[in-house]
Amino acid sequence: MGDVTPPPLQGPTAKEKKYDRQLRLWAASGQAALEDAHILLINSGPGVVGVEALKNLVLPGIGQFTILDSSVVAEEDLGVNFFLDESCLGGFRAEHCCNFLKELNPDVQGNFVTEPLQSFITKPNALQPFTLILVTSPVVPEILATISVYAQQHAIPAFYTHSVGFYSHFSLLLPPAFPIVETHPDPETTTNLQLLTPWPALSKLAEEKTHGLDSMIDDDHGHVPYVLLLLYYLGRWKASHNGLVPQSYSEKTAFRDLVRSGERTKTAEGGEENFDEAAKAVLKTLNPSAPGSSVKEVFAAEECQNLTKDSANFWVIAHAVSTFHQTHSVLPLPGAVPDMKARSKDYIELQNVYKSKAREDVAEVLATVRSLEKELGRSIPIDEKEVEAFCKGAGYIKLVRGRPFHIARPNEMVKWGDRARFAAGALENPDSLILLYIAFLAYDSFVASHLIDALGGAQKVPGLDAAEPDTQKMIGIAEAIIDSLLNEASRFIKDPEYSEIKHASARFVEEIVRAGGSELHNIAALTGGMVAQEVIKVITKQYVPVDNTCLFDGIASKTSVLRL
Amino acid sequence: MAEVEPSVLSNGSDNSRARWKHLDNFLTRPGAFTDSEFQAGLGIERLETIKILVIGAGGLGCEILKNLALSGFKNIDVIDMDTIDVSNLNRQFLFRASDVGKYKAEVAAAFVEQRVKGVKITPYCGKIQDKDDDYYMRFNIVVCGLDSVEARRWINATLVGLVDPEIMDSLKPLVDGGTEGRLPAQSEEVIDFEADGPTGFKGQAKVILPTITSCIECQLDMHAPRAAVPLCTLATIPRQPQHCIEWAHIIAWEEERKDITLDTDDPEHITWLYQKAFARAQEFNIPGVTYSMTQGVVKNIIPAIASTNAIVAGACCNEAFKIATGTNPFLGNPESNNYMMYSGDDSIYTYTFEHQKKDDCPVCGNLAKEVEVDGNRTLQEFVESLAERPEAQLKKPTIRTEEKSLYYQSPPSLEKQTRPNLKKKLHELVSDGEEIAVSDPAFQIDFKFKLVFKK
Ligand SMILES: [Zn+2]
Repeated sequence: MGDVTPPPLQGPTAKEKKYDRQLRLWAASGQAALEDAHILLINSGPGVVGVEALKNLVLPGIGQFTILDSSVVAEEDLGVNFFLDESCLGGFRAEHCCNFLKELNPDVQGNFVTEPLQSFITKPNALQPFTLILVTSPVVPEILATISVYAQQHAIPAFYTHSVGFYSHFSLLLPPAFPIVETHPDPETTTNLQLLTPWPALSKLAEEKTHGLDSMIDDDHGHVPYVLLLLYYLGRWKASHNGLVPQSYSEKTAFRDLVRSGERTKTAEGGEENFDEAAKAVLKTLNPSAPGSSVKEVFAAEECQNLTKDSANFWVIAHAVSTFHQTHSVLPLPGAVPDMKARSKDYIELQNVYKSKAREDVAEVLATVRSLEKELGRSIPIDEKEVEAFCKGAGYIKLVRGRPFHIARPNEMVKWGDRARFAAGALENPDSLILLYIAFLAYDSFVASHLIDALGGAQKVPGLDAAEPDTQKMIGIAEAIIDSLLNEASRFIKDPEYSEIKHASARFVEEIVRAGGSELHNIAALTGGMVAQEVIKVITKQYVPVDNTCLFDGIASKTSVLRL
Repeated sequence: MAEVEPSVLSNGSDNSRARWKHLDNFLTRPGAFTDSEFQAGLGIERLETIKILVIGAGGLGCEILKNLALSGFKNIDVIDMDTIDVSNLNRQFLFRASDVGKYKAEVAAAFVEQRVKGVKITPYCGKIQDKDDDYYMRFNIVVCGLDSVEARRWINATLVGLVDPEIMDSLKPLVDGGTEGRLPAQSEEVIDFEADGPTGFKGQAKVILPTITSCIECQLDMHAPRAAVPLCTLATIPRQPQHCIEWAHIIAWEEERKDITLDTDDPEHITWLYQKAFARAQEFNIPGVTYSMTQGVVKNIIPAIASTNAIVAGACCNEAFKIATGTNPFLGNPESNNYMMYSGDDSIYTYTFEHQKKDDCPVCGNLAKEVEVDGNRTLQEFVESLAERPEAQLKKPTIRTEEKSLYYQSPPSLEKQTRPNLKKKLHELVSDGEEIAVSDPAFQIDFKFKLVFKK
């Protein structure tokens, strides 16, 4: 323990009190990242989903937001948008929503732009102030393409959202390499104790604490920490199995029986909790700690293999950790020990053995980082804390490769590229909502080719006046997209499956046309919640974001996430 | 089904329907999934007349009230006994800093009424238990946004009790949302002690048709209580910072400040517990006790954010809207999915399934629930176990068999008379396979259990 800070005389600050419930999820570092963010909402259509998403971001305290929307508040807005009231009729929607949203949190700065999107977007550096962009449909394909290119070039995350009746969708465009260190895996399933590769200090502690196990008095016997019991029985197992640890399932169950055989059952409690814990931990903990596929993906990445002077810190540390793994065949020890039946002193001793080893591992990785920095000629040293955090979460780091939005244009089919095979396969999976995604592509394609009047005015959504005539057109567009996808994937689906797919597609399309471009508040609010969760994950670089398309079906109440 | 001009159906002026243009697309047009009985415009009438009750005006409740008002519901009641705390402001968006200390139900109702013209929201600032059957009978749909399992069980049992097969309107669909979700604990899994599980991105929404589909009580194992730390660990062998905090909370306070009622909202009290816990942790070389953790453990704080509430409340109100208007099939139709679980911490994952009704559900089933017990244990031990068993969670049980009273919590005379039974072994009191009835002051109904002795 060493030096300790004395308890503070007063409690938490006002800000800590207000944000208490969320700081427990993303800590001060996540909160600081939120406060540095400036989100642009490009609002179109009924404009509810975007505003609902902003509500969920203003409340936890993002730094700034800007709403870009040139529409004027009409009577119908008041029946679906909570951030408008009768006093707003005839005014700019952006301005009034902005003002009502700002009331939710005085710490947040809100701005609005009422200039039409077409002219705003052509100005030089128009998007430069923003750290994240939310676009809601409908939007002209060329503009969506401009935003998609800008976002990729500047590594700015962008969301494209539909909320139409009972259905919704969003696609998330992340930078080409989006690594996450703090993925917050479930501590119950991710404990890494490295029992198969104990280091000398751990082996020594196990020997000490299990010495004369059989002749211990009951109270001592019942308080040996289960981690040390497992090491003791592993020693016995190896002695009778040519020095090998239990590997197959049947060997592990046999090993579990061996552990169980040591339990004293004639105690006052009729058993021993520590032996019980040991037996239960056998299948979970006796696995070689090979890195998972997402960690291997990071190690194999081009950016990790070929470092440059300007490589992001993440890649320099990843390279150093990969070197550590090559040398030791294990990842750095995270150092956390779960609670277990034990005496306080023994548990703390065990905890310290794990902590010291974790610190040694960090030191080794840090030394590699320093020599890499020297080799590469980098001038600013990477913070030790960053290396420490990486080593702690090394087993669960994650890399997401951002991909551009699909832009649906009339007379031009969407290209699925290397995801064509996957997408075509999903057509035959009844749990996938890919047909709903295709219905939204058809929606965009329809909107892009239909105007309300001939003067180049607003775009016309399907089903605006009456559903029937537009439904047939939309079904045709969706079928063309399906056929083009199958063609690109060189895949042929026979009847009756092919007809079933078309029938299911037509039902999604029909339901979308029924909406006539309208939003239902419940679906907009729910989707705004999902988008806001994802925005928070992306900005804080904590937890794992959607990769890269999410659909919600409010009839069946289910989601589907597709990598497209 | 032909499309009908909404203005023909509306009993208000054309202008008043203009506001509901978006909603009317669904209320007047059939869809690919609506059934043949769909009648254009009927939904408009139903939204005007239906009375809907919202329980809870907190994080979920604020969202639910806003969503229902903008779904076209006109008559809403809301119950909540709590007042507004500063830590609510990061998500309960109907409240401002100047509202701290006021009743949630009142402030929330007034805010939504003022923002959405034409909706009537009647608040009640008190407990759901204050109201009787006649009160609950008045509503057509109940939507719950609660963080307490106990209150959920109470309203669930009440709504099941209201059902009279002769009277159609006595069956009130219950739509229930929650964000405190824990997945069902598998029995062989060790539940580690931790103050804050990463539950902030998770939630669930479900629909219950009382007596017809799986009820809250049928689903009780989905809300298994956190395993308590044994008292002897707290008293003699603490290992975690949380153990030191629980020690200060349960033991030190009793010993040193018995005369002061612990108020977990009083910063002086939390500071005292924190300092006690900190000193004890130092004594045992345990690192990690902080003020924030002390508050979290003592108040059993669950992390909460606006976006998760928005998802759960949106899913609940979407179901309520479909039930009321018939604009699409809803969750909870017999023999179809009735439960959606949402998890957002690792990508987005939903699991939507049918939770099966249980024949031995103490509330909606007619069979006694089988419970395995050790006949050599005492009645006292059985009473204690009832609080912890995930399928029971009864804290003050009164127990009787068909013939005799085994233990009564009250009145005092009966308690005294039955107290000696607590020391007796179960096999001395009941026979193998005998049914017992358990009542608890927290619930109006009896729980029936069939005690089967362990072989
Ligand atoms: Zn039930």
